Amino acid sequence: MDMMVSSPTPPKSYLVDPPGLRSWLLTRDHKRIGLMFLAVISASLALGATFALLIRTELTFPGPTIVSTGHIYNRLFTLHGTIMIFLFIIPSMPASLGNFVLPLMLGAKDVAFPRLNLASLYLYVGGLIFFLLVLVLGGVDTGWTFYAPYSTSTAAPVVLAVVGVFILGFSSIFTGINFLVTIHTMRPPGMGWFRMPLFLWALYGTAIIQVLATPILAITLLLLAVERTVGIGIFDPALGGDPILFQHFFWFYSHPAVYIMILPAMGIVTEVICVFSRKHIFGYKFIAYSSLAIALIGFLVWGHHMFVSGQSPLVGMIFSALTFAVAIPSAIKVFNWLATMYKGSIGLAPPMCFSLMFIALFGIGGLTGLFLGSLVTNVHVHDTAFVVAHFHYTMAGGALMGFLAGLYYWWPKMTGRMYNLAQGQISAVLIFVGFNFTYFPQFIVGSRGMPRRYFDYTRLLDTHPEFTFYQILSTAGGFLFVGGLVMVAFVLLRSLFVGRKAPANPWGAATLEWQCSSPPPHENPPAPANVGDCYVFDDFCFDESAQGYVKVP
Amino acid sequence: MTESHIPNMQEGNDGGPDAHLAHHFSSPAQQYDAARLGMWIFLMTEILFFGGLFCAYAVYRANNPQIFVDGHRFLDKPLGAANTVLLIFSSLTMALAVRAVQLGRRRWLVGLLAITILCGLAFLGVKAIEYKHKWDHRMVPGQARIAYWFSRGETSEPLKKFQPDEAYVKERLAQAGFEDLDQAEYDQRVKHLGTYMGIYFSLTGLHALHVVAGIVAISWILVGAVRDRFGSNYFTPVDLGGLYWHLVDMIWIYLFPLLYLIH
Ligand SMILES: [Cu+2]
Repeated sequence: MDMMVSSPTPPKSYLVDPPGLRSWLLTRDHKRIGLMFLAVISASLALGATFALLIRTELTFPGPTIVSTGHIYNRLFTLHGTIMIFLFIIPSMPASLGNFVLPLMLGAKDVAFPRLNLASLYLYVGGLIFFLLVLVLGGVDTGWTFYAPYSTSTAAPVVLAVVGVFILGFSSIFTGINFLVTIHTMRPPGMGWFRMPLFLWALYGTAIIQVLATPILAITLLLLAVERTVGIGIFDPALGGDPILFQHFFWFYSHPAVYIMILPAMGIVTEVICVFSRKHIFGYKFIAYSSLAIALIGFLVWGHHMFVSGQSPLVGMIFSALTFAVAIPSAIKVFNWLATMYKGSIGLAPPMCFSLMFIALFGIGGLTGLFLGSLVTNVHVHDTAFVVAHFHYTMAGGALMGFLAGLYYWWPKMTGRMYNLAQGQISAVLIFVGFNFTYFPQFIVGSRGMPRRYFDYTRLLDTHPEFTFYQILSTAGGFLFVGGLVMVAFVLLRSLFVGRKAPANPWGAATLEWQCSSPPPHENPPAPANVGDCYVFDDFCFDESAQGYVKVP
Repeated sequence: MTESHIPNMQEGNDGGPDAHLAHHFSSPAQQYDAARLGMWIFLMTEILFFGGLFCAYAVYRANNPQIFVDGHRFLDKPLGAANTVLLIFSSLTMALAVRAVQLGRRRWLVGLLAITILCGLAFLGVKAIEYKHKWDHRMVPGQARIAYWFSRGETSEPLKKFQPDEAYVKERLAQAGFEDLDQAEYDQRVKHLGTYMGIYFSLTGLHALHVVAGIVAISWILVGAVRDRFGSNYFTPVDLGGLYWHLVDMIWIYLFPLLYLIH
């Protein structure tokens, strides 16, 4: 607080400069756009989590628990999946945190196309409105994958949902174009490619996937909508079409898309682990190149979702081998993080708690992915709860934990307020315990034959009476998990009212965004002439009077 | 040619604050680079967008070549050729328009942009004639449904089925040497013809939408040109509009042989 006084005239923060609602709605400032994205994305997360709890509640006991028929249950898991994937995880880190941080980290004044950036926000809101319409009309029952020919024949409003996803796709492409062009053309003179913080490398890899994969989803869904309305004989077998072609198209987008979800999380974890270990990153170039490797190899593995679709065994073997290959760059990152922490002076503030959770949970998710990627075990666990557990360990345990780590990390910078660290740590513990209770039992029941997408498992109890126990465990965990998320919201929102003012650099980080005031002024500060190594922390000392780190010359 | 004009733009920057320079760029050259790179990436997404359909084309053609051999007999080659000439010519006028603006020749710019737009409109007119012929012979997939939506009939919605004019289809097939088909074989061929027409209408329809978008964009540029917004020191929109128009043209250059000229 004293630091604030010591600076002669502190510039007004971007939150109040320029003032007024209109200036917010028409803003082209990446910081405001990022913050607004954060708000709408969090609302989507709440909606998706509500459906998750409904699903979990239904599965607690065999037989109908809260829904009367499978038709309603189909709608629940479809809405949960589509909302979580298209409205939450895909835009979560790039569009909100990435938007806020990227130009600041880079030392640029804004992203290359600020108007496109704002358009991306409004397209997102447009897609959200389509989803709300779908919700009002009773929801869709196809699963988030929209497989033909069911999706071309069901009575549910598939076209509306598909148009919503199409619009969201454009939002995602616009973000990707902006990030690629900004990183290519707007790096200040001192910021070489290998001076960039690794989060930017991660966002760069993410943007490549967003730009290259999303158009395929767009054309696929457009064709699906046309097939459904007039029938063009491309996907519908009754008209001479090939439903397997739809699956190829869909997964050609949707496998790379999981790296849209996980790469930025890996970038956040990289930043956080260095800062909270007070140690230079181990193997900078390996982490940078592994982001690109994931982005590129990720395009070549989509067939592992189709091992039982009747594709030829040779193709299956190739996809299986490539799937193992894509695990390598992920593993490189994990080992580099561990090496970075080795002999570091580790602080367990909430961002670090979530980053450590990321490593543990993503580790389990990644390793169980190998069982799914090998042909023989895949047949055994295909379409079981095992797949559900694997997917959630990587996406909720990976992407969501990365998002929360980043949120706790940059919150003081975004809002100018410090939250209560102990409360943040409690929320991490709640989420960690709740998460594992939710999904670990699903590995067990899945490997014993519990199918996914069943709402009534009474008939499985003859051979597997233990299923009910595991399902109860999973539901209890689910409520604890969501309770932890509610606590995160509480901790962060509470800080806005009672939190102390955040210092410029509360964590002692060396990247550029921490070298300006919290929250930053309307006009991003210019980049220093000489951009130093952003992973050297020796120059930063904790200053009691500022309650934050300051650079010692 | 384009690069030789970048120094020109930097001179403009030295001479004082550049009206076209957005606050977040440090120089007009940087702004120009960013705009062009953004456009190229956007064009890449467009190619991938069409790529999905080209991929569907390749899959069906490889698995069932007869679909395409039958199908192309129902397309109008002279009209397709006329459209190809129109688009290639419009690409030339667009490229000359970019050159005109770089040389600061405003009247040439306005004239060339107008010709480009007219060619685009003529293309759409020819396309409309072709589509009309298809409609007259009930060759549009889902035609019964589309007609039903516009007629507001009181009967229930017709099923999705491809039911072309039987006499017309048989006559065309007979010309190709397939006479006296029995009913089962006829039905099979018609079903496949439906997929071909589905791919044809998806590809050309999507392309036509892009032509419309191009015309709108170039019209907007034309308005700017009339108001003298562009010159040799600022021509980014003309340049980007040109890139987009060339892409639209290129896609058609692939569509024409792939759909009309196969054997
Ligand atoms: Cu996959």
